Amino acid sequence: MTTISRVHWKTRRTRMSQDRRLPVLVTAGLFVLMFGFGAFRYQAYGFLDGQVFMNLFIDNGYLLVAAVGATFVIITGGIDLSVGSLIGFTTMLTAWLVEKQGLPLAAVAPIALAVGAFAGYLMGYVIHHFEIEPFIVTLAGLFFFRGLCLVISKESISISDPTVDRLAQTHVPLPGGSFLSIAAVVSLAVLAVAFYVLHHTRFGRRVYAIGGNEQSALLMGLPVAGTKIAVYTVSGFCSALSGLLFTLYIQSGDPLHAVGLELDAIAAVVVGGTLLTGGSGYVIGTLFGVLILGLIKTLIQFEGTLSSWWTKIATGVLLFAFILIQRAMTARRGT
Amino acid sequence: MNLASLWRAAAQHRLFWPVTALIALLALNVPFTPGFFEVHLKNGHLYGSLVSIVLFGSPLILVAIGMTLVIATGGIDLSVGAVVAISGALACLVVSKQADQDSVAGVLLAFALALAAALVCGAWNGLLVARLGIQPIIATLILMVAGRGIAQLITSGQIITVNSDSYSLIGGGYWLALPFALFVVAFVAALSAALTRRTALGLLIEAVGGNAEASRLVGIRARRIKVMAYVFCALCAGVAGLMISSNVSAADGNNAGLWIELDAILAVVIGGTSLSGGRFHLGGTVVGALIIQTLTTTIYTIGVPTQANLVFKAVVVIIVCLVQSPAFRAKAFRARAKRSGPVPRPPGTPADAAHMEVSS
Repeated sequence: MTTISRVHWKTRRTRMSQDRRLPVLVTAGLFVLMFGFGAFRYQAYGFLDGQVFMNLFIDNGYLLVAAVGATFVIITGGIDLSVGSLIGFTTMLTAWLVEKQGLPLAAVAPIALAVGAFAGYLMGYVIHHFEIEPFIVTLAGLFFFRGLCLVISKESISISDPTVDRLAQTHVPLPGGSFLSIAAVVSLAVLAVAFYVLHHTRFGRRVYAIGGNEQSALLMGLPVAGTKIAVYTVSGFCSALSGLLFTLYIQSGDPLHAVGLELDAIAAVVVGGTLLTGGSGYVIGTLFGVLILGLIKTLIQFEGTLSSWWTKIATGVLLFAFILIQRAMTARRGT
Repeated sequence: MNLASLWRAAAQHRLFWPVTALIALLALNVPFTPGFFEVHLKNGHLYGSLVSIVLFGSPLILVAIGMTLVIATGGIDLSVGAVVAISGALACLVVSKQADQDSVAGVLLAFALALAAALVCGAWNGLLVARLGIQPIIATLILMVAGRGIAQLITSGQIITVNSDSYSLIGGGYWLALPFALFVVAFVAALSAALTRRTALGLLIEAVGGNAEASRLVGIRARRIKVMAYVFCALCAGVAGLMISSNVSAADGNNAGLWIELDAILAVVIGGTSLSGGRFHLGGTVVGALIIQTLTTTIYTIGVPTQANLVFKAVVVIIVCLVQSPAFRAKAFRARAKRSGPVPRPPGTPADAAHMEVSS
């Protein structure tokens, strides 16, 4: 009797620790904890104002979109290093087309998105059909698009187009007196779509299946080639969209925009509990990953005396803590 | 007949394609700079394009050698750029604090401290990968992100400049008419080649990279080998950091060694070492690093507009990787056989590519 109940208790405990949602819950918990710390420490400086929370979305909307794209790739067990360069290239392309060629933004945006998606498609094609490591192919993509930025112009191009200006200035009012920007709303919409696609469509199941075991997925008759290429296309599309949002946020194109942003995106995905080996993870986790990275910056701003490099050190420390937690859990799952 | 078999044997050598690429790149310079291969003696120093390629390429060669061993164990080290920055920053800080910046003892102390810091970084990476079993790409991402912050912390966000002749020897000085950096690189390359190819160490590293668990079961201390690889890689990066900072007599926590990890990984892959681990070619890596440095020099000498540098580099990288991909060679060859006519071949595809063995 006692043995049975003990076994029962034990299985329940292992089931809890095996729950794949646990990393996301831990991340969310940490976010709440950090936010609580900020609220407690900077109460007098208006940290609890709703707008401080909303600014997390406004200031990091573009990162969220890029990280959602990276989540798709990482769930299949791949990696995309070209994210930051593609974002930089999109800001450059948009600024150049709008300012120097005088095209309306409504025409430029689809072009930029198509270019990004096509770039992702090409990289996915080379990765899958020529069996070159994703790391190397997307690294070449990183160089290529950063280079294309410079080919367009070595100088920063500021955008004074009235449409861009109006979109950038638009406030979406929320109950409680706070507001979101258009970019923040778009990024949340992307998140919702990604959530639906990953968890409620066949494509989403295939993405997880390939990440779990590509060989098995192939033997099961899943269209591995198409899915893998599609995943990089999604990432390219998200990078381009993120680039458009970044253009709205910063209202200029610069060949040095978003340098190294791919690392922030990957860090956000990892902090959000997605395993880099693939096959496991949630876009909601990525949301919390992005929010935590944003919160670190906000906390350092509120502190005021800390220098910017502490952001990097704090991000590293946090990354380490999360990886340890993940590691502890996957080790338990293995036994 | 004899010549043909000799040719085939050469084409099957694993260094064949990397060396061909290097020679082609070097030859590309000749029409643009007539005296490209000339090396002349001036003030007791050797000068020439070839010498400067080796001189400016030496930090990359060092980092790539360390990276090769890490990749051979099935890992990867993204933190080398950060280690380069940390070691340069620390050394410059120590030298700049001294009353007599030229004192040899002071510079040696700076070197020792910088290398000790690199050693700690390597041990940290090794600990994460080997003891805690974290994926290498993530484990080293931590130090890649945090390391830049640490380097900026050391320099307080400033660029520290030093004015020390002894310090500038390692990165910019000459010894026996040759750049001193060349001797350091030669020493490290010879040491690592001797240790891995004249002792069983290389075999053990490949065994660990092939299957860490199996090698542990046959009695290889897999964890210790992995830690050693990361420590060695970080030490190489540390020396490279000293070279880079000494060459410009300054330490910049933000930009020193920026993207060197990507160049180093590229050099390793171009040199024929697979990213999946279990095999490595130090010779190939050195050639790979020289290819990248030559590429940079070529871009300047043939007058590619500076803004097209990166595009050019990306295109060359993709061509080199495609040529080395067995899947690509097979497909290109099959397409040609099927149409049985002259079809435009992708640039850089060798005619007898399909005959070539995967480098072993």
